[in-house]
Amino acid sequence: MTTQTTPLPRVTTPHTGTGPVPRNRKVSPKQFVSRLPIRILLAILLIIVVYPMLWMLLGSFKTQNEFLNEPFWALPQTWSLDNYVSVFDSGFGTYIVNSIIVVFPSLAVILIVGVAAGFALEVMVWKGRGTVLLLFLAGIMVPTQMIILPLFTIYFRTGLTGSYWPMILTYIATGLPLTVFMMATFFRSVPREIFEASTLDGASILRSFWAVGLPLVKNAIFTVGLVQFFFLWNDLLIALTFTNSDALRTIQVGLLNFTGQYGAVQYGPTFAAIAVNVLGTLFIYLFLNQQVMKGLTAGSVKG
Amino acid sequence: MERVLGDKRAILILLGPALLVYSLIMLVPIVWSLGYTVLDGNPIVGFTFNGFDNFIKFFQDPAAFSAIWFTVRFAIVMTVLQVGAGFGLSLLYVFWLKRSSSAIRTIIFFPIVLPTVAVALLFQRLFEAAPTTGPVNSFLNLFGIDSVDWFGTPDASFWILLLMGLWQSMGFYGVLLYAGLLDIPEEMLESARLDGAGGWKLIRTIVLPLSLPVLLSSLIFSINGTLKVFDSVVALTNGGPGNATTPLTVYMFQTSFTYGQYGYGSTIALMLTILCLIFTIFIFRSTRRDVTKG
Repeated sequence: MTTQTTPLPRVTTPHTGTGPVPRNRKVSPKQFVSRLPIRILLAILLIIVVYPMLWMLLGSFKTQNEFLNEPFWALPQTWSLDNYVSVFDSGFGTYIVNSIIVVFPSLAVILIVGVAAGFALEVMVWKGRGTVLLLFLAGIMVPTQMIILPLFTIYFRTGLTGSYWPMILTYIATGLPLTVFMMATFFRSVPREIFEASTLDGASILRSFWAVGLPLVKNAIFTVGLVQFFFLWNDLLIALTFTNSDALRTIQVGLLNFTGQYGAVQYGPTFAAIAVNVLGTLFIYLFLNQQVMKGLTAGSVKG
Repeated sequence: MERVLGDKRAILILLGPALLVYSLIMLVPIVWSLGYTVLDGNPIVGFTFNGFDNFIKFFQDPAAFSAIWFTVRFAIVMTVLQVGAGFGLSLLYVFWLKRSSSAIRTIIFFPIVLPTVAVALLFQRLFEAAPTTGPVNSFLNLFGIDSVDWFGTPDASFWILLLMGLWQSMGFYGVLLYAGLLDIPEEMLESARLDGAGGWKLIRTIVLPLSLPVLLSSLIFSINGTLKVFDSVVALTNGGPGNATTPLTVYMFQTSFTYGQYGYGSTIALMLTILCLIFTIFIFRSTRRDVTKG
């Protein structure tokens, strides 16, 4: 990259604290020029990252005519919500409701069951827990493609096909390995003495889990919940496999089929549909970006 | 103490539900899927035993070969680009922006949280050639370059998938590797600088070796994700033009659900699993050798 052109600046004050670095207000012309390439690079990067979102948002207000006859940078002539109205008229509301119906119950079960399992695997002492942890780890490695065909058969035979259950059950099972593993890691960082002390005070292990363990990993549960939410909400493979009718489509499957409904692309409604789809996760990220960043990167390090 | 921490009943209550659900919906199907590989048919028409025919078919199937080729090519190039760009970003954060990089890190990170389907539909419009000229082609036109039909040729489709993946994930890998770089002791960098190491030399001799562990886990994470690429292909190119951008995941999906061949579909899924294992072990092996050498 630009590393060849700009030498590394010398660190004059080894700054190890967390406070803000004292800024040097006086910037000499020479310094300004030497920092210029990096500033230009940054500006280009930010434009590349942010512009598509901006373009999408502006496009969601444009008419078909504007798309076909105006250049891409033209601003919408009116700020009408017609495109959004037509998106919801075509059933997008149902897709959002479906996504909520399958994602949140799955998320709740994953967290309750997964946190308890993480506790049993990390804090409690018993033979074979290493093997069970490895078993859960295998689930992170194995591609979902390995399980969808047998599951399709199972759901078909048990008559669950055509309901929300195939998606909910599959989401729970695929979300568990990472949750169990991450929770075990978080419980590992809690000093064992805490649980030993509560045991000496006469608490049963279930009580220690409920009254001591859970409050200690409260933030971790929230972080894991966020990570799992993004995985489930953005999932396409499982939703595509187990939705056999339009009435069951999740927001992702609905969007995938959105453009297919017309012969020619309806630009405005497509952009509005993308915007509606993106807004949920974007909104969460706006407020919780630090937790999301922490969670997503923590969820990957163990790979 | 031992008795309480090893309470069998408590273990059953805490671990039981998770293990039960996980076994029934994950472990049993994995074994079941292995069983499918020697069968032909699907649950609606029934199954018949056909021995190793599925495997023989797989190794003689030109479509399967092209799917493997695409999967491997995509995974390797994407991994190199993702982790490379992420490493570049992390160096930018640590050495140029220092602690003022927080806002920029946060902004460049955000595309990873967006649904891939939405991003893919947006990229179709960004790279559109006709009937409207999208921003990318308009930009090329500005320099006198003719519009490229990005979805019309295999090579361009391949690159657009890579560009989209990179757009979505570079910020993520940037933050991931940034966390690793922060662990390098400042004194170490300082003493290297006093010894006259700067720029590339500093990165090559100090930064790169010390961030090898986090680079390794990034590589493994990335290759496992990219070998399983599904959403972006389905939504962006749908495997086309022809089957030029069809990875194993999509081929498996088509075989199973469009043609109803569950046995052959399971065989493809198994091959994908084996491919993931081979790559993971390969990365582990090759880096371990490097560490012991230097």
